[in-house]
Amino acid sequence: MGAPARPRIQSKALECPNCGGAVQLRGLAHSLNAVCPRCMSVLDVQHEQVRVLQKYGSKVAYATPLIPLGSRGKFNGVLFEAIGFQVRRIVVDGTPYEWREYLLFNPYQGFRYLSEYDGHWNFIRSVPGLPGFGGIDGRKAAFWEGGGFKHFQHAQATTVFVLGEFPFQVRNGDTAEVDDYIAPPKVLSSEIVPGEITWSIGEYTTGDEIWKAFQLPGSPPAATGVYANQPAPAEVKAGFWTAASTAVVLEAILVVMLVACMLFMSDKQVFKQSYFFRANTPGEQSFVTPVFELKGRASNVEVDLDTNLRQNWAYFNMALINEGTGQAWDFGREVSYYSGSDWSEGSSSDSVRVPAVPAGRYYLRVEPEMEAQPTSVYTTGPREVNYTVTIRRDVPAYWPLFLAMLLVPLPALFKLGKKSSFEAQRWAESDYGSATGGGSDEEE
Amino acid sequence: MRTASNCPQCGAPVEFLFSNAVQTTCPYCSSILVRTDLDLKRVGEMSDIADNSSPIQLRTEGIYRNRAFQVVGRIIYLYEGGSWNEWHLGFQDGKSGWLSDAQLDYAVSFAVGDHPRIPPESNIGRGLRMKVRDAELMVTTMTKARYGGVEGELPFEYWDKSEMVFADLRSNSRGFATIDYSEDPPLFFMGEAVGFDDLKLRNLREFEGW
Repeated sequence: MGAPARPRIQSKALECPNCGGAVQLRGLAHSLNAVCPRCMSVLDVQHEQVRVLQKYGSKVAYATPLIPLGSRGKFNGVLFEAIGFQVRRIVVDGTPYEWREYLLFNPYQGFRYLSEYDGHWNFIRSVPGLPGFGGIDGRKAAFWEGGGFKHFQHAQATTVFVLGEFPFQVRNGDTAEVDDYIAPPKVLSSEIVPGEITWSIGEYTTGDEIWKAFQLPGSPPAATGVYANQPAPAEVKAGFWTAASTAVVLEAILVVMLVACMLFMSDKQVFKQSYFFRANTPGEQSFVTPVFELKGRASNVEVDLDTNLRQNWAYFNMALINEGTGQAWDFGREVSYYSGSDWSEGSSSDSVRVPAVPAGRYYLRVEPEMEAQPTSVYTTGPREVNYTVTIRRDVPAYWPLFLAMLLVPLPALFKLGKKSSFEAQRWAESDYGSATGGGSDEEE
Repeated sequence: MRTASNCPQCGAPVEFLFSNAVQTTCPYCSSILVRTDLDLKRVGEMSDIADNSSPIQLRTEGIYRNRAFQVVGRIIYLYEGGSWNEWHLGFQDGKSGWLSDAQLDYAVSFAVGDHPRIPPESNIGRGLRMKVRDAELMVTTMTKARYGGVEGELPFEYWDKSEMVFADLRSNSRGFATIDYSEDPPLFFMGEAVGFDDLKLRNLREFEGW
């Protein structure tokens, strides 16, 4: 029942009418033009009668495809065969730039392209529609399926070498007006030839992925520079995001600590007394304060010295002593203060913080010292000092917290800088970059 | 509903897959047959269809927007860029659709009867914008085509045409439309570009080595 089975379709080979070389066709009946691999003539292979469309002016191929034609590779689970190859050139400020395009074919899924420039690759397909135009951040942009693409570059592309076969007309010397619009890792491109505009959309692909897909020997050419739609490398992006999220977490912890300090630290004055000392006073100069009580968990104790020193210094040897256990924390402080009409040095007050002092009954031993005779021309103050000792328990330390809060975002800012410099390198190659003189003159 | 008759030319059984088919071809003798009230009338003979390597064939099945269809017929058009296929889809509810395969770019469309004012052929050209059923469309291609052959069942008689002009319109999405100026008034089709995998096609042609 039913119609006789159709024969399976095979790829075919034909003979070049120019040189007699064998031309193998891989694109089935889709191919309109094919290039003889021997004499590199462009042939019309659409009809039984093969015709020469364009002869090649040299015996030497201009370029060799990195992916040999006939190679097959899988992309997103679909097998494609490389059947065509072109080298195309644009000239920017007198400098030629060349890239290579590979035509990929699958008899069910159709045609795709790979482009390669400086080791950067794109997997490209035609756009089944007409992208709209608009603007992003004041720059010309194209829109397709909800995505916005910023204009990157306009140029006239010239085909300088073709190999393999194509489902459309190709000739060496063909030109097209090309515009690239980017939304990394994607690039939307329009090509205008008289009477036709075609749109394609590409996705950035690494040479390693291409080599793996086609199982090519060796390694791909190293990518140099930053390509138009190259996504920021994972480590640059991840570096920033990791640093940024770490910073956010740390800042949050610091805020919690700050609030906890304000809520839970008692900051209680446990002792305050004023004293007087004069140099050259005979006898033992040390004395002890009355006993005061330190309560609660083990916490810090702050001893503040406030003096009336002027053009002078004094040294205070101190010890905080637990009355019950005799445990002592020894510390000393030099307080000095000098000033002139427009300068000052030192401070007439000072403060010591003793960490982790357990609760208990304590007293402070104080031994003040001053020079008996001035040893410097600056030490002109009186040989005596009035001072006040204030002892505070459980004093919050805010400035280390504030300092930490300032330091914590720095790594993230550093990574952000790296990310921005990546973007700057990207745009330097565009019509809007600073690297090309006068390249941005089409902006209005 | 399947109906069967015999080819008036060679007597072979001719089966209809699509109840609303008006024309078919005899798979044995390549006669083009048109349905009459009583039987089949031979109106011409299929020219050898130049193979354009479409992976689709008669009886290929698929699903478009949750509606199952079967490929029941085909029209081939030739133009300067090669050829393309309009595969006639028979949906289970008796409706016709078209799956175009232009060098493996696929699109599904349907004839729109109550179409808006369509500019005459002399007034249409690239860049012309039209609004049809909320879709903003622009004429992107004007194609001069030649009739390249028919195969299988079609919803109308279509076998003796020569030159015709098509206007292709695109929207800012996958939507598209085609104006076929081979009839007066012109025929209007609307549809959308589809990916090969979207249609879940079965019973496709096979290609050596693939």
